[in-house]
Amino acid sequence: MSIWNYAEYAAWGLSAVFALYMVIDWLKTDSTYSEEVLTSSREGELEAMTEAQGGHHG
Amino acid sequence: MADFDITSKERDGMGPHGTSVGLLRVLGPAHVWALGVGIVLVGEYMGWNFAVGKGGAYAALVACWFAGILYTCVAMIDSEVTSTVAAAGGQYTQAKHIVGPLMAFNVGLYLVFAYTMLEAANAITAGYLISEVARLSGFEGTLDQRPFIILSIMFLAWLNYRGVLATLTFNLVITAIAFTAIIILFLSTTGIVGTSLMQHADLMSGSAALPYGWIGVLAAMHFGLWYYLGIEGTTQAAEEVRSPARALPFGTLAGIMTLLIAATLTWYVCTGLIPWEYLGDGLNGSVAPLFTAALLTNSQPLVWLLGVGTLFATLASANGCINDASRAWFSLGRDKYLPGWFGAVHPTFRTPYRSIVFLVPIALAFALKAPLDQVVTFSILSGLLNYTFMPLNMIMFRKKWPMGSIIRGYEHPFHPLPSIVLLSLCAITFFAVFLGYGTQLVAMIAFYIVASLWFHFWRYRFVNRASQFTMPWPRPKGY
Repeated sequence: MSIWNYAEYAAWGLSAVFALYMVIDWLKTDSTYSEEVLTSSREGELEAMTEAQGGHHG
Repeated sequence: MADFDITSKERDGMGPHGTSVGLLRVLGPAHVWALGVGIVLVGEYMGWNFAVGKGGAYAALVACWFAGILYTCVAMIDSEVTSTVAAAGGQYTQAKHIVGPLMAFNVGLYLVFAYTMLEAANAITAGYLISEVARLSGFEGTLDQRPFIILSIMFLAWLNYRGVLATLTFNLVITAIAFTAIIILFLSTTGIVGTSLMQHADLMSGSAALPYGWIGVLAAMHFGLWYYLGIEGTTQAAEEVRSPARALPFGTLAGIMTLLIAATLTWYVCTGLIPWEYLGDGLNGSVAPLFTAALLTNSQPLVWLLGVGTLFATLASANGCINDASRAWFSLGRDKYLPGWFGAVHPTFRTPYRSIVFLVPIALAFALKAPLDQVVTFSILSGLLNYTFMPLNMIMFRKKWPMGSIIRGYEHPFHPLPSIVLLSLCAITFFAVFLGYGTQLVAMIAFYIVASLWFHFWRYRFVNRASQFTMPWPRPKGY
């Protein structure tokens, strides 16, 4: 077997490790935190604050 | 309210309007540059040379500079609008604020398709490059490219999953190396350092100058886009930069300047070393022209440098595409244009993790099952539809919120000239695409029409209309 054949196996193995990491962490995260917290991100928070600060100082 | 500092370590990414977990604001202008140039630079390493095949070396140069004007307009327009609409989703969020929901939905899809297809194309290329390295190193069997294609996507998706700062710092390093490799090749082959190897006079004389006349120049326009395709992706970082009004225009405009230099140097070096017939055949001839140019110098260090540069440019592009496609998908989910489930942010890594993971199998399917030229064409077409939207968006933006009515981080000069130029160049490029890929163009437009009907008649009822307009702007003029 050439080093490139080993490289093929290594690539398959590493791909599986990265995939498993993401899937396991994803499931763990989803079961640890509530959906409300995970999807609480709102667009325009910084802008809203900038405006609020502007209003506060102004 | 003044106590809320979104950039502080305590409150970073968390806001007063309900956000418990938001994207992390950690990026600077250099990361924006790395995102934009990183996605595009692979186009200098491969792909642009199909323009030479369509119309010869001069046609490729005309296409390079015409497309350069098109993308300078894109960069200027993007910089102005995004420095004002600073949210993940980029042009999708712009469309949502300025045009309306149906346009926004379509633009969101253009973005996801353009970047996911480009990611798939990059992974195919990475697999091919590794098999070439194996062949050049004396491997006699046939290397299975699939594990390397999958590993490219998995590794970069994992990196994106783990955090945006590491992802784009990685992009910054590998993009800088790939760009420096082009500069070193230029310096080493043009006589600035050592002897000049350039043979432009011989390679571009007689019928080689413009082998198919001016129609060849027109046909070359399609692949001229390849020099710069993706620079507009900088806008996707809007919600993760520390100072959007400064970092986005600075990173984007520095990015297009870098690409104009890289594109022109690439054209000059490659057309001075490689006969146009071989250079223009990107399938059976020069697949990676800068690498071919390095091979022709007979310099081992240059061959290695450009080989590494080609691989790094490919990975940087795929990496940036995962970042951008996931932000666009995440934004669509967050506003319920798609199921709200996709709008989740990882509480530790502060990334749109579900969107990142969801798009992985789609990218893999295209990378493993679809032919490269089809994948690339669908990516270009989606990008082109996005560029057509941009000038219309810009004209409406200036009309609804004239100068002085809202604070802009950057104001582009000569309005409406860049919009008109961009719209005209898009029309020419559509015609050029139609000449070569008419069926795909019609199929793509049909797909977006069907998707629009689905959105209008079904999905729109679920859209979170309260978050349709989130910027603290005054009522638009005339409304």
